[in-house]
Amino acid sequence: MLHGLWKLTWLEIKIFLREPLGAFGSIILPVLVFVVVGRFMGGRLPSRSIATSEFVRVGLPVFVSVLIALSGVLSLVTIVSIYREGGILKRLRATPLRPQTILTAHVLVKLVLTAVTMALSVLAGKRYYPINMDVPIFGFTMALLISTWSILSIGFVIASIVPTARFAQPIGAAILYPMIALSGLFVPLPSLPPALQALARVLPLTYAVSLLQGILKGEAWWAHRGDVAALTLVFVICTALSAKVFRWE
Amino acid sequence: MGVSGTPRSVIQVSGIRKTYGTTVAVSEVSFEVSEGEVFGLIGPNGAGKTTTMECVEGVRRPDRGDISILGLNPFRDVYQVQNRIGVQLQQAQLQKRIKVWEAVDLWASLYSKSVDAARLLEQLGLADSRNAWFMTLSGGQKQRLFIALALINDPEVVFLDELTTGLDPQSRRAIWDLVRGIRDRGKTVFMITHLMEEAERLCDRVAIIEHGKIIDMGRPEELVGRHCPARTVVLATANALAEERFRAIPQVETVVRQGSQFTIRGLGEEFVSEVIQCLSENRIRVTDFRTMLPNLEDVFLKLTGHSIRD
Ligand SMILES: Nc1ncnc2c1ncn2[C@@H]1O[C@H](COP(=O)(O)OP(=O)(O)O)[C@@H](O)[C@H]1O
Ligand SMILES: [Mg+2]
Repeated sequence: MLHGLWKLTWLEIKIFLREPLGAFGSIILPVLVFVVVGRFMGGRLPSRSIATSEFVRVGLPVFVSVLIALSGVLSLVTIVSIYREGGILKRLRATPLRPQTILTAHVLVKLVLTAVTMALSVLAGKRYYPINMDVPIFGFTMALLISTWSILSIGFVIASIVPTARFAQPIGAAILYPMIALSGLFVPLPSLPPALQALARVLPLTYAVSLLQGILKGEAWWAHRGDVAALTLVFVICTALSAKVFRWE
Repeated sequence: MGVSGTPRSVIQVSGIRKTYGTTVAVSEVSFEVSEGEVFGLIGPNGAGKTTTMECVEGVRRPDRGDISILGLNPFRDVYQVQNRIGVQLQQAQLQKRIKVWEAVDLWASLYSKSVDAARLLEQLGLADSRNAWFMTLSGGQKQRLFIALALINDPEVVFLDELTTGLDPQSRRAIWDLVRGIRDRGKTVFMITHLMEEAERLCDRVAIIEHGKIIDMGRPEELVGRHCPARTVVLATANALAEERFRAIPQVETVVRQGSQFTIRGLGEEFVSEVIQCLSENRIRVTDFRTMLPNLEDVFLKLTGHSIRD
């Protein structure tokens, strides 16, 4: 299983960074958005109402993190469908590489990029943020990795159903981004109509947001064991599903 | 070579069938490939060549039938098989921005043994492009890189699927030399082509496949002898008695005269010698002499009623 995994992962990271917008789009842009929006909101509202400070302290970092994770997943969906369409997946399979190894390498690439982006955002936040944050960097990064890992498994299911690489990005975005609206990030769940609440409860992003917000506020992991369990369940179901429906060519 | 001195059979395919939905891609295909031979699968587009080869490689699973390669089952022992074979797939690509040396280096790390990568790139004329991205390579360079990847593990059997399709004649010839080089190193080669000239130049044995079925199999000259035994001699002479003499040769079937040019058709291996003997015995002076031998192209036309390019 591990045979060739590190080499392939490292190679895929290098290849990704060589893409015209690779490093900029996935690492630099999210960090810039985070810093600029944070400064703008912090500077505009010197009174620092409770709501604003809560959003800048918790909402914004979680929102940016979710965007980082989702853009990682979208990029995975796109890469996998391009690799499939170009016969790259098939070529890699006609070697002693295990099929799982090929896909795991792509997951690792996205997790590494997410972790790096996250770490840079937090460092930038510490340096430039209007509010003095006491962020549990390690815990928060862990929470983000668990969330990303889980959503990436949805990415494989999406990658299995998109007809061609051209549709990968739009279809992926249409499935993933609406989840943000129901995730509890902008509208608290209890204030939603019951039907939407029920829908929100089956969307994995809801649990990711709950976990991320909780960890960022300094709550205990134990209090969020339900979120972790839900994310793990999503991972298990989606992995089993894509093992069935994933197309290599 | 096996103990008995006869070549060992390295690939055995018996009665495989593969359908995609309602399309029957391959049906009842059986053949064997011996150690050290270049075996070619030839036929028009869509005949089922790639499907057949991919079943042998373990990349695709037939619905029915048995396949054995190097004494192994390509599905049960897929990683063991992959470790000992080299594969070039039709229409494969690599990552756009992977460098030539990175691809070769990755592949080398995947197998239990590998040849010297720098030397291999040198031999394939890729040493100067080792830092180039895949997307910047020419068609010929890409194919040579795929050959490098197929040879990196010093494989016992090499699979080549339409290696020269889409290449210009010059690159094609260069690739043919490479394939002869692979054969000369004692490797078994299983190749696919729809170019009859390529098959004639490279293959020790070919199987002609159409609509998913093998319609005949054998050495190219054997197939030609079996299906297109007619030979044609075209010559020019001013000798007035020539036509009569030619008609007297036993193997001659038809003689067509156009002015001083004769087109003589006959059957059998001896036919051309007989014509030459007739010329010398009767002291017939010729100003032109050509033989036209049938080739696999003609065999294909004869067997299927259409040209392979249709
Ligand atoms: N993955 C596939 N799905 C559906 N049909 C396929 C697939 N691969 C090949 N076919 C069909 O099977 C037949 C044989 O194809 P193939 O083996 O690629 O032929 P060849 O290599 O001789 O051109 C063709 O009719 C082709 O359209
Ligand atoms: Mg083919």
